[in-house]
Amino acid sequence: MRGLNAVVSAQNLGLTFKTNDGDVVALSNVNLSINKGEFVSFIGPSGCGKTTFLRTIADLERPTSGSLTINGQTPEQARKDRAYGYVFQAPALYPWRTIEKNVALPLEIMGYSASQQAERIRRTLDLVNLSGFEKKYPWQLSGGMQQRASIARALAFDADLLLMDEPFGALDEIVRDHLNSELLKLWAATGKTICFVTHSIPEAVYLSTKIVVMSPRPGRVTDVIESDLPRERPLDIRETPEFLAIAARVRDGLRAGHSYEEVA
Amino acid sequence: MAFARSRHIHAAEVAAMKRTLPIIIVLLAIVLVWYAAAIGMNAQWQNDVYRRADITNVPATQFILDTWNQEKPVLPTAHQVFGELWNATVLVAPNKPRSLLFHAWVTFSATALGFVMGSLLGIALAVMIVHSEAMNRSLMPWIVASQTIPILALAPLIVVIGFNIFTGTMGIPTDPARLMSKAIISAYLSFFPVAVGMVKGLRSPEAIQLDLMHTYSASANQTFWKLRWPAAMPYLFASLKVGVAASLVGAIVGELPTGAVAGLGARLLAGSYYSQTIQIWAALVAASILAALLVIAVGLVEKLVNRAMGARPA
Repeated sequence: MRGLNAVVSAQNLGLTFKTNDGDVVALSNVNLSINKGEFVSFIGPSGCGKTTFLRTIADLERPTSGSLTINGQTPEQARKDRAYGYVFQAPALYPWRTIEKNVALPLEIMGYSASQQAERIRRTLDLVNLSGFEKKYPWQLSGGMQQRASIARALAFDADLLLMDEPFGALDEIVRDHLNSELLKLWAATGKTICFVTHSIPEAVYLSTKIVVMSPRPGRVTDVIESDLPRERPLDIRETPEFLAIAARVRDGLRAGHSYEEVA
Repeated sequence: MAFARSRHIHAAEVAAMKRTLPIIIVLLAIVLVWYAAAIGMNAQWQNDVYRRADITNVPATQFILDTWNQEKPVLPTAHQVFGELWNATVLVAPNKPRSLLFHAWVTFSATALGFVMGSLLGIALAVMIVHSEAMNRSLMPWIVASQTIPILALAPLIVVIGFNIFTGTMGIPTDPARLMSKAIISAYLSFFPVAVGMVKGLRSPEAIQLDLMHTYSASANQTFWKLRWPAAMPYLFASLKVGVAASLVGAIVGELPTGAVAGLGARLLAGSYYSQTIQIWAALVAASILAALLVIAVGLVEKLVNRAMGARPA
């Protein structure tokens, strides 16, 4: 499991939230290694800890047991080294900033020069097909375009690791399909390592080289599936027997974890 | 086509009338009630006047007109109040103590100074409260307690003591000292809504917007200027509008107990000494016009800021 070029490496990782109703085990005994250039999806029902795991990588939550390294560093060091870009469930664009100023936000904070900012804004907006919308405010864009802008913002400072927490969960299926295939192109063009949280089986299988199946109470990993689908993936790959076989295995994994019992 | 367009314009006119008609009707109703009340409230005095002059059998129309045009009526009528307002503004040079513009300016300068001081204090308190839990716990009770003391009880204290300190130990001339003591009362009243509004505003960013800043390892300073401060703007302007009106009240209250000779408050007090009800009402109307102008001015600044911040047009 422990590769030399592991970007993310978790050993016996556990996280317990203390609440007024007692302890909630969000993550229990997670062992996982993510290599450079992989596209890893985390799938499972609500409460399985997939978002918590992503937030732990981002140093937004602190693990209570086990170890977690990012590029061989602690999550806090990795965050301070700006090792990752994070895309949230909602675009979280600042409404008082234009699209280009939103993309500039991390660059301003990290102290890039004005000319570097302009160059990176142009390049990343081009990557997410938002050229021409630089001067628009978020409310002037559709939900899908807003989420693309937030991806551009996460790409702007060239972190090698991209953490995405159900970024397309709030979008309709047509837009989601389109953004999924765009995301694959972006991944191929940039060679980044991507961790992607979803609760859609087709989305996970379509995007990933590795699918991590998780289950709740306590949040844990029940299966890790290496996908042998080719990297070049047209949308209609989703009707091929190979695709359906992986999807079936994911579904089995979710069922084996009793994931769909008592899910509110 | 032409027919359709003219019908369209007609429909727009009807819609505009439908909007303004209720406003006009309400306004008319207020004026009607006002004049009707004036008859009743001024009747006794009018009867006394007739009795003393041995005038009998006054026709009803004459009686009503007389109640509407007394020199010191219990309730002055609209044309008397606005007539006095006209006389005391347009017909008098604005630097004369007879001019309401002169008094309004005196009150305005104390209001503006106090408003600026109070707003800055309110913002500073909010920043401290948002950034430190200790400040939150230790300052907030005092801030709330400060507003439970009736300002009418506190104002003479501040004005008299403040004025004495300014002119005595600090050696400031009387006019600026008087201005400062009034401004302190204004600030005392206006810092509260600004502090409370800004605490709410600076805390308004959502968790994921703050998380985003955390993933960039942004400093507290960067998080403040790039997220908390712009996010607080709508709250700031809502509380500034309350604050500016409170500042005006503070300045007027500050002019009441000092034997001040200038300012709308002094004008109100002088009017009540000499039963100049028309003068009191004119000063009241002037104060409310000043308040409206101040709130409108804050609203205009808000609009400019909104436009600069790319807000969706309402």
